Amino acid sequence: MSSADIPQGTGAPAPEKRLGLVRRAWQFVLDLIDVLLKPSSIFGLGVLVLAGFVAGVIFWGGFNTALEITNTEKFCTGCHEMKDNVFAELKTTVHFSNRSGVRASCPDCHVPHNWTDKIARKMQASKEVWGHLFGSIDTREKFTDRRLELALHEWARFKANDSLECRNCHSAQSMDITKQSPRAVEAHQRFLFTGEKTCIDCHKGIAHHLPDMRGVPGWQ
Amino acid sequence: MIKKLAMMLLAASLAAGSSALLAQSVSSSLRGPAALNDEGPAPPMQPMKNTAEKEVRNYPEQPPVIPHSIDGYQVDMQGNKCLSCHARARTAESKAPMLSITHFMDRDGQFLASVSPRRYFCTQCHVPQSMANPPVSNDFVDIDTVLSHDKPGGKR
Repeated sequence: MSSADIPQGTGAPAPEKRLGLVRRAWQFVLDLIDVLLKPSSIFGLGVLVLAGFVAGVIFWGGFNTALEITNTEKFCTGCHEMKDNVFAELKTTVHFSNRSGVRASCPDCHVPHNWTDKIARKMQASKEVWGHLFGSIDTREKFTDRRLELALHEWARFKANDSLECRNCHSAQSMDITKQSPRAVEAHQRFLFTGEKTCIDCHKGIAHHLPDMRGVPGWQ
Repeated sequence: MIKKLAMMLLAASLAAGSSALLAQSVSSSLRGPAALNDEGPAPPMQPMKNTAEKEVRNYPEQPPVIPHSIDGYQVDMQGNKCLSCHARARTAESKAPMLSITHFMDRDGQFLASVSPRRYFCTQCHVPQSMANPPVSNDFVDIDTVLSHDKPGGKR
């Protein structure tokens, strides 16, 4: 392609002797920029717009589809770190099996649903890929040693966004406290509805085992 | 000869008796109609009492029963969910009863600064209450009732 473009270029003379790899690559880049900046003399504007539109749909759709694949329980539990530790623990809790059959899977709680926040979280998660490749928690012992650190990250995230991922399902507005136990009614009225506390302040360890809780506020 | 006849009679009666026993279906009210060598269907699980209303102890030494559900409460080396409400420092906010001072004593009667390790695992003594109907009734009466029998005008 580049060789066909060279005659149309600004008259770069054909090199006498063979240039180095870096020089040749740089020359190719310059040629490419030249082609991209010049208006097309072959394709009509309509064809280009249509082609751009179709390519946009394919690329954007492909990107989002790939992103959504990384947002599934199957993908998350593809790594043994997740499957054998946190996912195994989730299976015993009410967020996995319950009377109404609604299941919260990994991304429901751990990935923001809002697009911008989701992309930000996905970029953060590249650190987790690094951790997987270099085996930072590849044994149960390594995992339990770092559980507090990992849990603190998640608690801080929930605290910062006012337990947004909890509230995607459990909203204070649609909560009928007359259907709750007396203890829950009192606690929600005193702390949740007044905004004094957010979900994660009281409901730590509802989906996974707790780390060593010494020093965590409200725990012994 | 008579001895031999007696032996035969004994064997015959034993055989008849055992077959009669086998034919009889052994059942008790607790087991239901399932045969001894069969496992009957499990009864449906009953919900836990979740009223959070304090229950009267039947005798002074009884560990108070838990009047609420404790499903999913983690009590292990990592943490103790019960103590996040019932610990001394947490009771002002939670309004839950504080665990008694005896929980701070070690086995020599010395009081420690926090819960003694031998008293850490709450459900060793304290249990939640199922809503199931007890299959065997209980005619326990507490000591106050027993003592009131002797008083004039007391229950007989």
